[in-house]
Amino acid sequence: MKTLITARGITKHFGATKALDGVDLEIFAGEVHVLLGENGAGKSTLVKVLAGIHGHDAGTIEGHASLAVIHQELALVPELSVAENLFLNRLPRRFGFVDRAEMRRRAPELLDRVGLDVDPDAKVKDLGIAQQQMIEIARALDKNAGVLILDEPTAVLTETETDRLLQIMAQLRQNGVGLVFITHHLDEIQRIADRITVLRDGRSVGVLGPKATTRHMIELMVGRPIDEQYPRAQQRPGQPLLSIEGLTKRGVFEDITIEVHAGEVVGIAGLVGAGRTEVARAAFGVDGYDRGTVKVDGKPLRRNDVQAAIKAGLGLVPEDRKGQGLVLTATVGQNLELVTLHDRDRKRLHDIAGKLRIKGRVEQPVKELSGGNQQKVVIGKWLLADPKVLILDEPTRGVDVGAKVEIYELINRMTAQGRAVLLVSSDLPEVIGMSDRVVVMAHGRVAGELPRGATQDQVMALAVQEISA
Amino acid sequence: MSTISIRKYAPKKYLAENGALAGLLLLALVIAIMQPAFLNAQNLLNVGVQAAVIAIMAFGMTFVVVAGGIDLSVGSIAALAAMVGALTAGPIGLVVGALCGLVNGALISYGKLPPFIATLAMLSVARGLTLVLSEGQPHETDALVTFLGSNLAPMVPLPLLLMLAFFGITGLILTRTNLGRRMYAIGGNEEAAKLSGIDVRKQKLWIYALSGLFAAAAGLVLAGRLGSAGPQAAAGYELDAIAAVVIGGASLSGGVGRATGTLVGALVLAVLRNGLNLLQVPPFWQQVVIGVVIALAALLDSLRRR
Ligand SMILES: Nc1ncnc2c1ncn2[C@@H]1O[C@H](COP(=O)(O)OP(=O)(O)OP(=O)(O)O)[C@@H](O)[C@H]1O
Ligand SMILES: [Mg+2]
Repeated sequence: MKTLITARGITKHFGATKALDGVDLEIFAGEVHVLLGENGAGKSTLVKVLAGIHGHDAGTIEGHASLAVIHQELALVPELSVAENLFLNRLPRRFGFVDRAEMRRRAPELLDRVGLDVDPDAKVKDLGIAQQQMIEIARALDKNAGVLILDEPTAVLTETETDRLLQIMAQLRQNGVGLVFITHHLDEIQRIADRITVLRDGRSVGVLGPKATTRHMIELMVGRPIDEQYPRAQQRPGQPLLSIEGLTKRGVFEDITIEVHAGEVVGIAGLVGAGRTEVARAAFGVDGYDRGTVKVDGKPLRRNDVQAAIKAGLGLVPEDRKGQGLVLTATVGQNLELVTLHDRDRKRLHDIAGKLRIKGRVEQPVKELSGGNQQKVVIGKWLLADPKVLILDEPTRGVDVGAKVEIYELINRMTAQGRAVLLVSSDLPEVIGMSDRVVVMAHGRVAGELPRGATQDQVMALAVQEISA
Repeated sequence: MSTISIRKYAPKKYLAENGALAGLLLLALVIAIMQPAFLNAQNLLNVGVQAAVIAIMAFGMTFVVVAGGIDLSVGSIAALAAMVGALTAGPIGLVVGALCGLVNGALISYGKLPPFIATLAMLSVARGLTLVLSEGQPHETDALVTFLGSNLAPMVPLPLLLMLAFFGITGLILTRTNLGRRMYAIGGNEEAAKLSGIDVRKQKLWIYALSGLFAAAAGLVLAGRLGSAGPQAAAGYELDAIAAVVIGGASLSGGVGRATGTLVGALVLAVLRNGLNLLQVPPFWQQVVIGVVIALAALLDSLRRR
């Protein structure tokens, strides 16, 4: 078998943190090689060392193929068009100027390859995060590299897009491309992995074959077994805490009615573009709407007024941690207390950081944390604020299996104290496993509601249904 | 853990982390070697007094820059405040300065103008009003304002003390108040700040008002030292104030900046001017050297951050 990359004894420090500690890795032609590990285990650092973005303190790397990398954090230019982003750095030119016609001709081909149906002239900032991710993927594919590294591409994708990506990966594998794939979704690993290198605290603790069980993977990466992946503890629902009634924003969502009671977790499932995030943002007062009302604990909220929503007891963990959730220039502690500025409580701060198992110090700049740990900070900020109703938009994006369970336990604790949670998630097992009821949205409308215990097929059947207006 | 904390406060490490301070000491050393008179106590006090006006202005600018904005109008506001102060009374000058800042803030947060444009407009308006009020003539300052620029006792210049007082206030606001913490949040990620319930628009109003107030104070100190308020006073000072903030390690893209940094930045500029005079460098060449040093200081800082 042809070896494309051989890395031996890679060690990398960031100041006093040892991010990588003598890691060996071999990438073969025609294999999907999964890197598995907890948040902060060193996966992204390893990728960046391979790509030459970070230097390394010890070890050797031998490469025999060109490399394309899709990094964990999106690297698109928001103000430029889809087509311009696709060809950034090698824009087709004519007479020294950008050849827009050529660009428009070639863009649809690439977009088609990843199954993305967007206008090549649309600005990237107007697209959802999943669509942006697919553009990154298309861009990397266009390089026809010998080795393709994908750092958590599926974290922001829904089932359909993930399926598509796995198909593309299988195709590339057949063509002899070596793929490195990072994901926290163990089911994806079982579907596509040829080999799995497990990292823990910067060390490689084992290489598994394609038949590895989830249990085995978890034990190796976390160091202990996890009994229950979705430990929902249901409560008897109390009075309605969040009532969204007939909420309508023309062309975006239509007549949305959702009620969440005290002690309840209500899930919202649906495909990308179904309007779930838009409803969450409108309810929280970030965006406006045309008709309908939002009530928290019986009191109607003024539209387009985030402060009023927060004062009434509403909270929102937004889907895009880098764009909307974090102040990257500030420390972990400063981010955690962003909502609760007025009562600075050191003890609660450390408490929540510990509960979420945030790997990093409270005084550390948040941008130095690994992706999953940054996500925990966004959630921690709102848990500290302890709102009556918390809307979570894709809360466990990029969070490892062990830490997910901690977050679910914190959700349980909220509802046990009579709070309510509205859980928007593209992770079907999660939204089904943690919700007491699942509302399914399609094309900006509520397509139906399923009780606890629904199957993924039932949810998908509603999610893909065509609604005749 | 104790070994770590000891190392953290070791002077060498501290200097390495504060590129601007290291630069300041290096600069002072070079000048002192070339012209020992630099170390003369009276001369050092002069440097402090010369730094005071720019420093006070730059402290106000620090708020704005940390919050991701820029204020080009501070020089003009200083002149207007001093002129109003000379024609009426000092405190009224302060109020006028804060009001100008409020207008900046309103244009930026409610009018959604880019800070560069809003404050550029104010630069012109405030300077114009100064000219109108003064009818093109300098005006003598009253006793109160003149006192601001005088010596409290021999070897105790009040401008220097005022600079230190404003330094303390700035540090307090930045690190110990909600407004200060919000400045960092807004400058670091305005969207995240908004979604965390921070009333970004209201905060910006206060931030620019503070900048206007500090500029007015700087204008009064300047007029006090000169004994009069001139129609062209403090012209171009906004660029020195911005330079001081940036030399001090703040980022013009927002979210980063500290009071100590700005103080050091202002001192760097003052030491440099003073040294060049002592070394009898011709004024035209002084401009060149100052530009080079600003670039070097910023380079030093960006290299350190890699
Ligand atoms: N620029 C940096 N400065 C300081 N520390 C860093 C930096 N980048 C990463 N680290 C640290 O290195 C360790 C490994 O981080 P890395 O991003 O590789 O984790 P990861 O395995 O990709 O985690 P995740 O699953 O959350 O993405 C973490 O402890 C992180 O805080
Ligand atoms: Mg990572």
